[in-house]
Amino acid sequence: MPKTPWSHMRLTRLAGPLPAWQGLVDHAGWRAACARCQADGGRLVSLWGTDARHAAQGFLIHALLAWTDRLIWLTTRAGDASPHYPDVSDIFPATAREQRATADLLGLTCGSADARPWLRHDAWSAADFPLREDFTTATAADAKPYPFLRVAGDGVHEIPVGPIHAGIIEPGHFHFSVVGDDVLRLEAHLGYAHKGVEKAFGSLSLADGSRLAGRICGDSTVAYTLAYVMAVEALDGYTVPPRAQALRALLLERERIANHLGDIGALCGDGGLAFGQAQFGLLKEHWLQTHQKLFGHRYLMDTITVGGMACDLSEADGVAMTAQCRELAGALRALEEIVNDHAGLQERFLGTGTLTAEQVERYNGVGLIARAAGVGRDMRLEFPHAPYADLPVQDTRRPEGDVAARVALRFAEMHASLELVRHLLAALPDGPLASHCATTRHTRALGGAEGWRGEIFVAIERHAADGSHRVHVHDPSWQNWPLLELAATDGLIPDFPLINKSFNLAYSGHDL
Amino acid sequence: MTDRALALQFLQSVLVLAGAPLLAGWVEQCRAWLGNRRGAGPLQPYRVLRKLWRKELVVAHGASWVFRGAPYVLVAAMIIAGSIVPLLAPILPLAPAADAIALVGVFALARMVSALAAMDIGTAFGSMGARREMLIGFLAEPALLMVLFTPALISHSTSLAAIVRQLAATHLLLYPSMAFAASAYVMVLLAENARLPVDNPDTHLELTMIHGALHLEYTGRHLALIEWAAAIKLVTYMAIGIALFLPWGMSATGSLSGIAFATGLLAMKMTAAGAALAFIETLLAKLRLFRVPEFLGTAFMVAVLGILVHFLLGT
Repeated sequence: MPKTPWSHMRLTRLAGPLPAWQGLVDHAGWRAACARCQADGGRLVSLWGTDARHAAQGFLIHALLAWTDRLIWLTTRAGDASPHYPDVSDIFPATAREQRATADLLGLTCGSADARPWLRHDAWSAADFPLREDFTTATAADAKPYPFLRVAGDGVHEIPVGPIHAGIIEPGHFHFSVVGDDVLRLEAHLGYAHKGVEKAFGSLSLADGSRLAGRICGDSTVAYTLAYVMAVEALDGYTVPPRAQALRALLLERERIANHLGDIGALCGDGGLAFGQAQFGLLKEHWLQTHQKLFGHRYLMDTITVGGMACDLSEADGVAMTAQCRELAGALRALEEIVNDHAGLQERFLGTGTLTAEQVERYNGVGLIARAAGVGRDMRLEFPHAPYADLPVQDTRRPEGDVAARVALRFAEMHASLELVRHLLAALPDGPLASHCATTRHTRALGGAEGWRGEIFVAIERHAADGSHRVHVHDPSWQNWPLLELAATDGLIPDFPLINKSFNLAYSGHDL
Repeated sequence: MTDRALALQFLQSVLVLAGAPLLAGWVEQCRAWLGNRRGAGPLQPYRVLRKLWRKELVVAHGASWVFRGAPYVLVAAMIIAGSIVPLLAPILPLAPAADAIALVGVFALARMVSALAAMDIGTAFGSMGARREMLIGFLAEPALLMVLFTPALISHSTSLAAIVRQLAATHLLLYPSMAFAASAYVMVLLAENARLPVDNPDTHLELTMIHGALHLEYTGRHLALIEWAAAIKLVTYMAIGIALFLPWGMSATGSLSGIAFATGLLAMKMTAAGAALAFIETLLAKLRLFRVPEFLGTAFMVAVLGILVHFLLGT
């Protein structure tokens, strides 16, 4: 039998539809596993900490590794008194911000060179750790300017943008170092939308948590809810009926289409083509009105519940939806031709904000950003769960990595998703919508879904002693924000809004 | 100077100042229709101006008299410009105050004051906008001068009134050189009035703005004045274009019936020009900033071609 890369670790299989395993390692094993995973072409999906002092285990630090065809939930102990763990940001550079966030929220340090706060602004002091179990109230901290990395040289100046912008968008600060209109460096500062979501999960029951999960990031409500309920269902051993699984995938694909429509419209608008913005806005509006009519919510909030679905689709509505999909596909082909043939717009898109596959690999980029640079990151293909295992999910990768590729990829993904919706509708299984019988009580479970931005993961840990639980939520934007900085570097300042829109990363999902 | 000429001057100034927001609103309305939207109606700029005028004035810390005074200078410059371009009849008493070259200077003054005011408050966006505005200005002004030289050569005068008299008199005689000048003029008009493809008047993205970034810190009545000045500038540019390239129908003497006819015709020309501007803007996307010099360089070259054609073909 061939020796697997993780055979030296004692891994146990986690229940649930994902190929997930868990293991506990020491500090040396932590770094060794990360290095080996990286060498094997794997990636670190998420890194977070938990407070396990109630079980006399001190603090724990967790990493979710995507290692060949497995998801490995690795844990190491950080100790109790002055908790620390080994830094892995030299192996996985995108992890640096998650390590900094862990220091802000739990006070676990790793001795990395960049010890600046990340999610902590002035809402709590450096001595407060909101995710610790003995945390009560925060003491307000003195406002200190965030130390951005300085770029020195002749004619270099700095342009601070945000967190309040001229348009009504989410808060984020972008610090540009420029010469003229050329960007030498972009450094983002996020965390303005931090609202203590992970802490709030602790005060909700596991079933009620799905409503909170659906509100972390409004444009990805289906993906977040799906990832969350998948974890809860794995934890308690629910068997989700096939009809509910199919409907969930249907909603996930419809959510992807709605967001892609909005994004392409906004990209046309940012490029100055108001016609495109209006047309895609119209298509998106019709799409959302269908959601309202069939599922009771424009953005599909609370349609998925633990154990199944809260809404159904009648046969007649399914037929109408198939027709709607065909119509949309036709409209998209016509608009795609207009967008592709518009010399001015293509001039803005082509070669703007280019990412290379190497950069994406280095920063563990995921989702459509990775796919538009030729790196195949798609949970539906990498770790398929029901019903995706039986669906013809297309590989939509493109090699170019620029804004034009991200636009073209969105078009391709919409066609692919429409195809999936039609497949699902053609063979929608009959049967119950939900099952409410919990059969087991595991202590750990993992859920995940390929949202329109990329893979969203939810990890839940239940404490055996008192039944309380800790939820960790991971948004793909953690990996993709550093890539946005790389894509903007060496470009022009006035091109940044276009590059930013072509990424359209989450603030709320990242800041939590 | 006759009473009739004075009355005509008064009528023209009122038309330009009061009608400018209507033209801006008409362009927006056409853009909305062309983009399959309903639009807010051509009267929307008046509502915006009224709203801004009533709003509280917030002035940045450290703003000097340059920042506070700039909106008034801007409006004053645009009123002068709007008052010397012959719209209805080439007999304006104010017209000798400035010829075509001085008119370019008036626009340059407004631009310089805007840029100084934007830098006065010291925000990154202000100086970014000022830098870009000056970049466009120094490329657009020579092109505009070259455009004006062709009709000036034809009429042997740089006075706008003289040019219009000469051109309007030669009924529907087409000058090939003027076709080049007209093409170049449209490009300059787009750049100077912060329209697509050079600047996007609708954008909320502060990093891509040119004209908008200049005025990002203005509020209340200051902003109302600036918006009004921008509308007057657009109508003045349209008026220059009409005077140079479509002058037919103006009243030569300023008789009452002639003025009435000219006013009606002007309204039709402005409506058509506004719709044409909206059409151009709907078709085009915004250029990347480093393409703007190429765009204005093309305008300059086309204008120079016009002059060459004039010399080659004679008059």
